[in-house]
Amino acid sequence: MSNHHQNKKSYAEMLELVKQDLTTGVGRSVKHESAAKQVSGEAVYVDDRLEFPNQLHVYARMSDKAHARITKLDVSPCYDFPGVAIAITAKDVPGQLDIGAVLPGDPLLADGLVEYYGQPVLAVAANDLDTARKAAMAAIVEYEELEPVLSVEQALEQEHFVSEPHTHKRGDSAAALAGAQHRITGQAHIGGQEHFYLETQISSVVPTEDGGMIVFTSSQNPTEVQKLVAEVLGVSFNKIQIDMRRMGGGFGGKETQAAGPACIAAVVAHHTRRPAKMRLPRMEDMMMTGKRHPFFNQYEVGFDDNGLITGCEMKLAGNCGYSPDLSNSIVDRAMFHSDNGYYLGDATITGYRCKTNLASNTAYRGFGGPQGLIMPEIILDDIARRLGKDPLEVRKLNLYGGEGRDTTHYYQKVEDNALPQMIDDLERSSDYQARRQAIREFNAKSPILKKGLALTPVKFGISFTATFLNQAGALIHIYTDGSIHLNHGGTEMGQGLNTKVAQVVAEEFQVDFDTIQITATNTDKVPNTSPTAASSGADLNGKAAQNAARTIKQRLVEFAARHFNVTEEDVTFRNNHVLIRDEVMPFAEFIQLAYFNQISLSSTGFYRTPKIYYDRDTARGRPFYYYAYGCACSEVVVDTLTGEYKILRADILHDVGASLNPAIDIGQVEGAFVQGAGWLTSEELVWNDKGRLMTSGPASYKIPAVTDMPIDFRVRLVENRKNAEDTVYHSKAVGEPPFMLGISVFCAIKDAIASVADYRVSPAIDAPATPERVLWAIRDMEQHQQQARTAAVAETV
Amino acid sequence: MIRFLLNRELRVEDHLDPNMTVLNYLRTQARKTGTKEGCASGDCGACTVVLGELDGERIRYRSVNSCLTFVSALNGKQLITVEDLKQGDRLHPAQQAMVDCHGSQCGFCTPGIVMSMFALGKNVGKPEKEEIHEALAGNLCRCTGYRPIVEAAEKMYDNVTPDSFNREHADTLARLREIQPRAQVELSNGKRKAYNPTTLAELALLKEQHPEARLVAGGTDLALEVTQLRKEIGTLIYVGDIAEMKQVQVFDDRIELGAAASLTDCYQALSNDYPDFGALLHRFASLQIRNQGTLGGNIGNASPIGDSPPALIALGAQLVLRQGEQSRSLDLQDYFIDYKVTAQQPGEFIEKVIVPRAADNGEFRSYKISKRIDDDISAVLGCFNLVIRDGRVQSARVAFGGMAAIPKRASQCEQALTGAEWNRDTIEKAKQALAQDFSPISDFRASREYRQLTAVNLLTRYFVELESPEVETRVTAYV
Ligand SMILES: Cc1cc2nc3c(=O)[nH]c(=O)nc-3n(C[C@H](O)[C@H](O)[C@H](O)COP(=O)(O)OP(=O)(O)OC[C@H]3O[C@@H](n4cnc5c(N)ncnc54)[C@H](O)[C@@H]3O)c2cc1C
Ligand code: FES
Ligand code: FES
Repeated sequence: MSNHHQNKKSYAEMLELVKQDLTTGVGRSVKHESAAKQVSGEAVYVDDRLEFPNQLHVYARMSDKAHARITKLDVSPCYDFPGVAIAITAKDVPGQLDIGAVLPGDPLLADGLVEYYGQPVLAVAANDLDTARKAAMAAIVEYEELEPVLSVEQALEQEHFVSEPHTHKRGDSAAALAGAQHRITGQAHIGGQEHFYLETQISSVVPTEDGGMIVFTSSQNPTEVQKLVAEVLGVSFNKIQIDMRRMGGGFGGKETQAAGPACIAAVVAHHTRRPAKMRLPRMEDMMMTGKRHPFFNQYEVGFDDNGLITGCEMKLAGNCGYSPDLSNSIVDRAMFHSDNGYYLGDATITGYRCKTNLASNTAYRGFGGPQGLIMPEIILDDIARRLGKDPLEVRKLNLYGGEGRDTTHYYQKVEDNALPQMIDDLERSSDYQARRQAIREFNAKSPILKKGLALTPVKFGISFTATFLNQAGALIHIYTDGSIHLNHGGTEMGQGLNTKVAQVVAEEFQVDFDTIQITATNTDKVPNTSPTAASSGADLNGKAAQNAARTIKQRLVEFAARHFNVTEEDVTFRNNHVLIRDEVMPFAEFIQLAYFNQISLSSTGFYRTPKIYYDRDTARGRPFYYYAYGCACSEVVVDTLTGEYKILRADILHDVGASLNPAIDIGQVEGAFVQGAGWLTSEELVWNDKGRLMTSGPASYKIPAVTDMPIDFRVRLVENRKNAEDTVYHSKAVGEPPFMLGISVFCAIKDAIASVADYRVSPAIDAPATPERVLWAIRDMEQHQQQARTAAVAETV
Repeated sequence: MIRFLLNRELRVEDHLDPNMTVLNYLRTQARKTGTKEGCASGDCGACTVVLGELDGERIRYRSVNSCLTFVSALNGKQLITVEDLKQGDRLHPAQQAMVDCHGSQCGFCTPGIVMSMFALGKNVGKPEKEEIHEALAGNLCRCTGYRPIVEAAEKMYDNVTPDSFNREHADTLARLREIQPRAQVELSNGKRKAYNPTTLAELALLKEQHPEARLVAGGTDLALEVTQLRKEIGTLIYVGDIAEMKQVQVFDDRIELGAAASLTDCYQALSNDYPDFGALLHRFASLQIRNQGTLGGNIGNASPIGDSPPALIALGAQLVLRQGEQSRSLDLQDYFIDYKVTAQQPGEFIEKVIVPRAADNGEFRSYKISKRIDDDISAVLGCFNLVIRDGRVQSARVAFGGMAAIPKRASQCEQALTGAEWNRDTIEKAKQALAQDFSPISDFRASREYRQLTAVNLLTRYFVELESPEVETRVTAYV
C-alpha cells in the first residue's frame, strides 16, 4: 500500500497540532455540505438525473369532483396518443392498493370512489410528460356525484371523523370555570398551509433484474417508500431499494405524501419494465397533496383579577381531509401544545379529527403543534384586553413554574424551564417597554397607520409521540487512506442534517469535516429508519452515528493499547492525529496500521430515545424527552384604510442547547420564523364550494417574499445553556420549534388593531390575518370605539 | 432559424417547437439541469437565467424567468445560466458570497437566486438594500427566510475582481454583433411556427397575413397559456427584435412608449414624471417579469387586473394601433370593451402608448392593494389624477383595476368631484358616489365587500396625502 501523504510532518509539528482544537467539529459553523454544489448548479436533484433512453414520464389525472362514485372509467382513448406506453387504474395495481401511512384510507388510485377534488384517478406513462398528460386527459371518466363535506364545522357537528376524539384532563375544569372571577369564551379558525417546497414531489423508478425496483425519490421517509412500493407491487421489502440524496425542501410535505408518485411510477415500471419518473407539476402538487391541517378551535377560560388562568377548556378540531394519514398524531400534538408555556389550571382539552372531502392533510413543520400552541396566545391577549393590562405581563404571570404549577395537562413535568429567564432577556434586549411606550405615542398621533408590538414564547416538545419511531441507525466505514464514509437513516432536505451528523463523526474521530463523505440515504445501507421529522433528525441520527463511531473508536483504542503496550487511557484522538502516550501519528497512518493488524473499520450504530412513554387510556405520560424554547418580539405597522401591514422588526432568542452548528441553527430559526409568519399572514388557502383548491399555484398562494422579512431582524441563540438531557453533545432539536415564533407577528398585528379601540377590546381575527381580515377587524374596533363614545356621551347627558 | 450564444457557444437552432420555453430547452435539449423548475408560472424564480443583450458598446445583462421565455426570444442574445459562472474550481463572487453567508439550505431556489444576484452585480455593482430587494423579489426561498441571501448580495462585491464575463467582454461583444437580428427569421418544428420580424412594416404584414397568429412580446402572460393552461399556439410573432417598437422617447408634451419596450425600460421615463407610477411599477410582478414584460402585453392581454391600464387611463394615455400601413390613435379607456374584449381589430396591434407629461396633468397617485406586497396581483388598484386649482377640483380622472370586468373609470365619483370644492365634504360625497360606481366580484384574492371598502378608502388616502402630507399613509414607505 503506497503512502501518498507526501508532506510528512515532523514529530514536533504534530505535537503542536494536537494541542489545537479541531476547527470543523461540533459547535462550529461549518458550511452546509452541499453549499458549493448548490450555488453552482451541480447539486443533483431527482429530476436532474440523466434519463434513460427508454425513460417514461408519468402523469396522473385528478378527480374534478370532491365526492363521487366513478360510474365509468375507460382508458382506451389514452392509447390513441403516439408515445403512450401504458394507462393504469386501481385495477392494475398488482399488490395492495392502499398506501395509508398508519391507518388505511389512501388508495393509490381511486377505486370506484373519489373523496376529494384532485385525487388521482388514473395515470398514464409516455415518452414525455406532455403526451402523458394529454393522453390522461383523454380518458373517459364519469361520475355520480355524492354530497361532500367541505367544512370542518359541518364535520364536527355530524361527528364525521377519521378517528376517535381524545381528551386530556387535569382537575375539574367545569368547576374551575364556574368559580372563576372572569370568564371568556371564544373561537378561532386557524388556517392550513401549503408546504411549497421549491422542488415538487418526484420519484424516479428503475426496474431491477430481481423483479424489484430502485427508487430515486425526494422523500423524508425512505423506509416507508420502500415498504409501500413493495406492498403495491406485492414483493418483499428486500427487493426494493430507495436512494434519497437530497430534497429541494420538505417541511413535512414529503413525510407520507412522497410515496404516491413513487408507487404509481413503480406500478408503471412493473408493467412496462421501463424506468418511469413521476414529477408533479406545481398545480397538480398543490391540488393532489395534503397540507397543514386547518383547525377550528373553541375555548372557554376562567381567570382572576390579575389575569392568572384558573381553568380552561378547549376543543381543537383538525380538518384532516378525506383520510387519516398522520392526523391522529397531528391532532395529539395540537393538544400537547395547547398550553404552550403556560399552566392552564384545571383543564380539559379535547381533540377532534374531522373528515372532510379535501386532500388528506398531513405533516407540516410543527405537526399540529402550532395550531394548538397559538390558542393560549389568543386567550392571553383576550385576558389582557379584558383587564386592561399589557399582554406581556399576563403572559409572564401564567408561565410554568412554582409550587404545583410545573405539570402539563398530560402530566409531564416541565423541567429545566428556560422561558422566564429568556423572556426577561428578550424583553430587555428588544427594548420592549420603551418601544411599547413609543408605539402608544405614535398611534395616538398617527390617524391612518398604527403600530403593534408583541412578545410571545414557544415551548415545544421534542420526540415523536408515536414512541417506537424514536430510533435511528447509522453506518460508518473507514477506508485505509483514513477517509470516512458516513451514512445514516435521516434525510437531507436543506436543514443541514448531513452536515451536523458529519460534524459529530468528525468530532468523535477528531478528523476534519472534509475527511467525511456522506452519500445518499439508502435503505440498503441503513434499514428500518424513521421519517426525518419531528425535528428529531440530528438528535436521533447524530446519536446513532456517534454510537457507530464510538464502536469503531473503541476497537481502535483497544488495538492501540495492545499494539503499543499502553493503557487505553493513553490513547487519544486529537485534531487529525492519534496520540499514543508519547507517540503521535496522523489519523490516516494509524488507520493503515489498524488495517494491517486486522481491525474491523466498519460499524453500524443504533440509538433509541430513553425515558419517554405515553399511555393513551389515561392520557398521561412523558411523551417528550425534553422541551425546546424560544421567544420572539415583533413589531408591525398596519394600514387602517386597507388592512395592509409590514413587519418592522423582529427580535428572537432561541434555545438550541449547545448548538452543533450555530450558523445552521440560526438559518433554521430565521427560516422557520418567516415561514411561521407567512402561515399567519399572507398564506391563505381558498377552496370553492365544489371543494376545488382555488389557490393552487404561487400566483394565488403567497408565501413570504424577500420584502416580507422583518426590516430589522435580530436573531440570537441562547448561550451557555446545554440541554439537561443526554442528547448528542447536549444540543437541542431546532427544525420545528422556531416556526411558532411567527405567532408574535400575528399578535403584533392584533395589537395594532386593538389600538384602534384603545386596547380595550381583543380583536377576533382568524388566521391567516390577510389584509382583508385585518381590515374587517379594524372595522369592528371602529364600531366598538363608536359605541363607547356614544355610551360616554349618553353618560354625560 | 435563430442564433444565440449559449454562454460562449454559438447555437443555431432551426428545428425547435416555438412553444418550447428556454427552461425546457436548457433541461431537455442542452442537458443543463442547474436551472430549476419550481412553478413554470413565473412566480418562484428558480428558473432565473440571465440574458446578455447588445446595447451600443455595452452588454446589458437582465435576469428573466426561463420558464416563461419562448426560445425565439433568444435570437441574437447571450444566454447565461448558473453553470456558466464558476471558473474551474473558483466560484463566482455571487456564488461564493452565498456559500459564505449560508445562503442556501435545500438549494433548489439557489441557482435562480445566484443568477438574480449575478445580474444585480452586473447592473449596479455594489447594491443598496432596496436594489437587493428589487432584484430578489421574484425569487422565492422557502427555507432561509432571506436574511442570509440579502447579506450575500450585500457582500458579494466586497472584493470585486473582474469575472470571466468582464474578461471576455470584447469577444462576446463582437460575437453578439455578428448575430444581431438583421432580417426576419422563422423557427418551426414542422407543426408550429414563430416569426421574428425586425421592423414594424414586417410585423404589420405578418399580422395581416396571419390574423390568427398571437403576438408575443415578453411572453410573461402568453407563455402561461402554454405552461399552465397547456394550450398549443400554432403561430407566434415575436416582437422583441423590432427596435422601433422598443423605443422610449420623452418629448416636451408627451412620453412615447413603444409597445415592445420592457417595463423596466418604461420605468425610468414614467417615474421621473410620476413617482407613483414608478412605485407601482416597482410592485408590478418582479424584476424578472419586468425585464421581459411590456406595456403592449399588459394592455393587449386585456386583463381586468392589469396594473398599468388604470394608471394610464387616469393619466389620459392614448394608444396607437396599427394595421398594415394604417395607424389610428385611441383613448386607452376606449380600448377595453368587455371582459377580454377590446377595440383591437383582427390584424391590428398596439404600436405604442402615449402619455402626457406631468406638467399637463394633475396630482397623480396610484395605490395597489394585494395580499403580499411584492410580486402579487392587485386585488384593487386605484389611480387618481385630479387637477385642483384655487380650492376647486377642475378635472378628475379616477380609474380602478380589479373592480370590474375591465380597467375602468369611476364616472360617478369623478362627477361628484369635478367642479366641487376640494374639502372633506366633497370627498365624503365622492366616496358615496364611488361606492355606486362598481359592483366587483368575490374571488380568492378578496371579497366583493373588501374591494368596495378599500376602493372608497383609497379616496380618503388620496385626500389625506394631498391635504396633510405629514400624515403617514403607506406601509410600503417602511423599507
Ligand atoms: C409572476 C407574474 C406576476 C405578474 N404580476 C403582474 C402585476 O403585478 N401586474 C400586472 O399588471 N401584470 C402582472 N403579470 C402579468 C404580465 O406580466 C403583464 O401583463 C405583462 O405586462 C405582459 O407583458 P408581456 O410583454 O409579457 O406580454 P405577452 O405575454 O407577450 O402578451 C400578452 C398578451 O398581449 C398580446 N400582445 C402583446 N403585445 C401586443 C401588442 N403590441 N399589441 C397587441 N397585443 C399584444 C399578446 O398577444 C398576448 O395575448 C404578472 C405575470 C406573472 C407571470
Ligand atoms: S419556474 Fe418558477 S418562475 Fe420559472
Ligand atoms: S434554500 Fe430551499 S428554497 Fe431556498
